[in-house]
Amino acid sequence: MKNWTAFFNIFLKDIKAYYLKPPNISWGIIFPFAWTGMFFIRSGQGLDSIQSLLPGVVAISILFGTTSMLAVTVTFEKKNASFDRLLLSPLPLELLMFAKTSGAILFGMINAFVPIGMASFFTDLSGFRWGYILPAILLIAVASTFLGLFIAVSVSEVFEAQTFSNFIRFPMIFLCGLFFPISSLPNFLQPLSYLLPLTYGVDILHGAIRAENILPLLIDFMAISAFCIVLFIISLRNIYRRWIK
Amino acid sequence: MEEIMRVNKLTKTYDGLVAVDCISFHVNRGELFGFLGPNGAGKTTTIKMLTGLAKPASGTAYIDGIDICEYPKKAQQLIGVVPDESNLYPELTGLENLSFCASLYGLRKEERKARARELLEMFNLCDAANRKFETYSKGMKRKLTIAAGIIHQPPVLFLDEPTTGIDIASARQIRKLISKLHRNGTTIFLTTHYIEEAERLCNRIAFIVKGKIIRVDKVSNLLQPIKDDHIMEISLSAVNGSLLHEVSASFPYYSFESLPGQVFRINSKEPIPVSPIINFFEDRGSEVKEAKRIVPSLEDVFVKITGIEASEMENGKSRRGNKL
Repeated sequence: MKNWTAFFNIFLKDIKAYYLKPPNISWGIIFPFAWTGMFFIRSGQGLDSIQSLLPGVVAISILFGTTSMLAVTVTFEKKNASFDRLLLSPLPLELLMFAKTSGAILFGMINAFVPIGMASFFTDLSGFRWGYILPAILLIAVASTFLGLFIAVSVSEVFEAQTFSNFIRFPMIFLCGLFFPISSLPNFLQPLSYLLPLTYGVDILHGAIRAENILPLLIDFMAISAFCIVLFIISLRNIYRRWIK
Repeated sequence: MEEIMRVNKLTKTYDGLVAVDCISFHVNRGELFGFLGPNGAGKTTTIKMLTGLAKPASGTAYIDGIDICEYPKKAQQLIGVVPDESNLYPELTGLENLSFCASLYGLRKEERKARARELLEMFNLCDAANRKFETYSKGMKRKLTIAAGIIHQPPVLFLDEPTTGIDIASARQIRKLISKLHRNGTTIFLTTHYIEEAERLCNRIAFIVKGKIIRVDKVSNLLQPIKDDHIMEISLSAVNGSLLHEVSASFPYYSFESLPGQVFRINSKEPIPVSPIINFFEDRGSEVKEAKRIVPSLEDVFVKITGIEASEMENGKSRRGNKL
């Protein structure tokens, strides 16, 4: 019970200190809005293109929202030593890092619903398989957040976190089948796509929205879940190795 | 006395460099234990190992019987840590910061609020309770950081350089608070490079230099060999090359030492009469600008044992510690 009190308060503190700040609220709304508008206009296919664009826009909104926030906030707290205060608490490290990431996961999920909300004005969402979409959004948010954690633990400075996260995120836009199929990539790049967690999350969304998944959904769920676990374990190991050395 | 902390042959290396070199000591329950040494001596590294923020290369450390290296989370329930730099959350108010820190130890909402208000009162910060931490002065920040360290009423408190970098008035207030906490039964592990602070506050002191503990003892025992010493410092207008030799030959019962700034230091086990010494110098054309008796202090013990001058410890501050 004591651990959950700590967990809940870390979550609330981060929401208040970081995620509810006006710049982040605007980032969380404007960024997905801009992506949606840009891809919709660029596709030139009118309202029919919304459903094909939606999985990519949802995924990219989550990816950018979560990785940016977590990589920067954790690096910032480590830099000004307030993160040491958390490491000194009796909360187990696994639970502590879940608490630190839970705010970003929620933020990412809220980001996902901005393009979905916008799409609801222009297209019929009744055919969407929400039983797949909601867990897919959660898993994409978790995987992206843990990617942000991995970045945060690998660098020392806030600017390094931003550079490193861009180095990983931008290739993912092209490699993960967000806006064009992986099969259209050059052959030598295609294996790389399957080494990235977002590929599986987006594939679930393509399957749930338009039944155009390339892998069985069960495989997608298992793969992205495995990425979440591996990223979290690697991040914890890095914390032990770099911060409690 | 009952031990609450036991450290055995603790060693820490960073990239092949030995930061802490096989140190051993113990701290008794309810004791205020000083860890005194110059910057870079290994004080903060030792605190990091004793609080679970760093892994030792070898050796063991126990807090109330719990191996901090094996069970850091269990031991962390028993300790409060005040780092050398205030590390609370700038965007939260004083009250919110304390309440948040209390929540990390599982205190319920009502308990948190009550404890936070109690500490704000104790630390004289009630008026600033609802101000953001980033607006606090350095002294206020330091006080709130100490309050955050004891929010869960830990039996052991680690204080890392609590008065470094703050104004004299705040430093005095903080020393009074430390004494009060000690009187209330908290075991305190205090690192400092202010010798007089350690002398005033601590029951026992460990001298640490270049990662090694040179001596651990009660303050009274450390002072014992010099308590009957008589020391005088004489400041002269001019000093010629043979003056030290001449004065040493003329007063063989005293030990003379030449210090920078045309100052002679006289040490003796007997009281030193002032007039013959002054006459001696003035007969040789050296005007005595100042003659003062020095009360032997822990600083003299430290210099004797470690060979490190206090000025080196305190980054050029005057040797009696003008920060105090």
